[in-house]
Amino acid sequence: MIDFVGKKQWFFLISGIIVVIAIVSLVISQIQIKSPLRLGIDFTGGTSMILQISPAVEQGQLRQEIAELGYDEARIQDAGEGNFIIYTREITSKDARELAEKLGAELDSQVEIIDYYLVSGTVAAETARNAVIAVIIAAVAMLFYIVWAFRRMPSPFRWGTCAIIALIHDVFIIVGIFSILGWLAGVAIDALFITGLLAVVGYSINNTVVVFDRIRENVSRHIRPDFAETVNDSLIETLGRCLNTTLTTLFVLLALYIFGGATIHYFVLVLLIGVIIGTYSSICISSQLLVVWEKREWRALLPFIKRTA
Amino acid sequence: MRRGNVYLLIFIVALFGFALWSIVPLDRNVFGREGLRLGLDLAGGSYLVYQTDVSYIEPEYRDEIIEGVKGVIERRINALGITESIVQIQKHEGEYNIVIQLPGIADIEKAKEMVGLFTVLEFKEQDAEGNWVPATGTATVDGEEKELVLSSRYFKENTYPTIDQTTGETLLIFYWDETGAQLSKQITTRLLGKQLAIFLGDNLIKAPTVQSVIEDKGQITGLSLADATELSELLNAGRIDVPLGRWANEEFEPNVPLYERTVDATLGADSIRKSLTAAGIGILMLLLFMLLYYRLPGLVACLSLGIYGVVLLAIFKIVPVTLTLPGVAGFILSLGMAVDANVLIFERTKEELRGGRSLGAAVEAGFNRAWTAIRDSNITTFIACLILFWLGGELGALMVRGFALTLFIGVALSMFTAITVTRTFLRLIIGSQVVTNLAAYGVTHSKQ
Repeated sequence: MIDFVGKKQWFFLISGIIVVIAIVSLVISQIQIKSPLRLGIDFTGGTSMILQISPAVEQGQLRQEIAELGYDEARIQDAGEGNFIIYTREITSKDARELAEKLGAELDSQVEIIDYYLVSGTVAAETARNAVIAVIIAAVAMLFYIVWAFRRMPSPFRWGTCAIIALIHDVFIIVGIFSILGWLAGVAIDALFITGLLAVVGYSINNTVVVFDRIRENVSRHIRPDFAETVNDSLIETLGRCLNTTLTTLFVLLALYIFGGATIHYFVLVLLIGVIIGTYSSICISSQLLVVWEKREWRALLPFIKRTA
Repeated sequence: MRRGNVYLLIFIVALFGFALWSIVPLDRNVFGREGLRLGLDLAGGSYLVYQTDVSYIEPEYRDEIIEGVKGVIERRINALGITESIVQIQKHEGEYNIVIQLPGIADIEKAKEMVGLFTVLEFKEQDAEGNWVPATGTATVDGEEKELVLSSRYFKENTYPTIDQTTGETLLIFYWDETGAQLSKQITTRLLGKQLAIFLGDNLIKAPTVQSVIEDKGQITGLSLADATELSELLNAGRIDVPLGRWANEEFEPNVPLYERTVDATLGADSIRKSLTAAGIGILMLLLFMLLYYRLPGLVACLSLGIYGVVLLAIFKIVPVTLTLPGVAGFILSLGMAVDANVLIFERTKEELRGGRSLGAAVEAGFNRAWTAIRDSNITTFIACLILFWLGGELGALMVRGFALTLFIGVALSMFTAITVTRTFLRLIIGSQVVTNLAAYGVTHSKQ
């Protein structure tokens, strides 16, 4: 028998450290690039395009040529097979074609625009606002649903709150990872990032609800008098299901990540991280919080204090 | 074998057969039936979103006028020889966006130019410094006197190209409507012996000298026959009554799209190929895992997953759902999640078997006990999908909508296949007593 509940302080410690790292990264990012996350053109306006260059050139050389043509702010991402994703300020499709022609002449290669995407800066602010609203609405809607689904339990609001805290924890970790990728590797978030995040929100809650459902069942069967033991039993009983579902989902996501192409690379990465974190948090965070709340062991949330005291 | 199960089996087989029939062939052109509808990121093509300036139109007429603009855009695009284009109106907080999807288009610049032309042809005269300025005159419209610019807005929609018999030059013949006739009469009277230029967008076509007062009918020279034919079709397609463009800091910038995306067909084909590879490998690993870990129920789950996949594709095709790259990701993700319901049930069944129940009782208990978990957990995913769908509409982002829709349909269907298909198969196998060895169900020991 694995004692999950007994290790809850460790889980809180680990999660606490990760969340602190995430916050530090958001601050560093705010200082370095004036934004907690590097925002893509969906949020700032601009143009992104995929250039197919044959014969392929070095990324550094491409960067230099593009800068010399007057786009020194351009970010370049190597998508493999001679394809490069270029992010610049807004340029019209006509100017983009001109740029490709000049690049071709300078690089002595065939340069073709195989994907051109322009977003006006005018809608960008609205996009960011809507994305934040969407995540908040999702969290509130799910809180209400869980409170309703667990209405026969004593204090159903507690179940909902614990699930939502775990959810915010998951979102924080993903945002933190992408913040680090942002100032370290120049990875920018786009509308698909928000999509992935919301899918993860759904998946994470999905997992939590499965575990909660088992706790609910075991509580009403009164097998064990102690709530902590009931939760631990429930965790062990659902462990097989949680791991297997996560594994099967990871199989398909990993295949998509490795073979799926550059345009959805980071989107799939969000889902991959989210599936792992979502499973972890439903076992190690939301259920444990439920125990802490039931037993009023608030000091367990602060493992350092308990240790030194 | 209970009769209910047999009926269910017949229903499942019929459903599977129908789904299979409706998705084969996946590719169009074979047997003439439509293939899966692919988004522009998979098929290649262009996507444009324009905002409109409706500030000077009375609110009660706006719907009607925008609907008319949509029709004109459709006819203009058809005049360029682009088929299967989709033009949509997005109404949002009193504003109207025009969404234009052009599949597999060759010349996006041309299409943008045609779509963006508020008035197709404008007539201009020279001011004192020799600059071309719009030629204006006054006309009585609906009993009111107005100062108006002379343009093809006032052409009747019956222009046609022809060849001048004596000079061999191409002519574009047009007729003025009532307002145009008043304006033309005034302007040509004023400019007699001077130049009156004709502009297509920003391009000067010709600046002939006015020879006589023109009141009802005119002709334009200086065009090639092909250009004249195209222009005539464009003019006859009607005029666009509101400018298309975008709002920037309270100012309206005409002809600049809010969003523009063009994907090369080769990139789309490449994306399809990569997605298929990924899906193939992912599904293979998934099936292998289910078989090895859950044995006989795993095999049943593989069967029901197969049915799931085929029925899902059929739904995509019949609705029809436009498949985008994130949509494919949603499809593949839903496959992973579809297994979840099966896993929940099998784990439950195994527990019951270990607890010493008989096979039949364990399977039934497994399904019944797992049901609340399946229901409650999937409803949260539905909530996420609904919010994503709303968000996608707000952003004008088709990709986000595509993902939300495919994931929603996928999860809903997965509940059906797990509860109905898997259960029926398992009941039939147990009822027939072909396999009674518990090891086949992944249980090595029971309490009995």
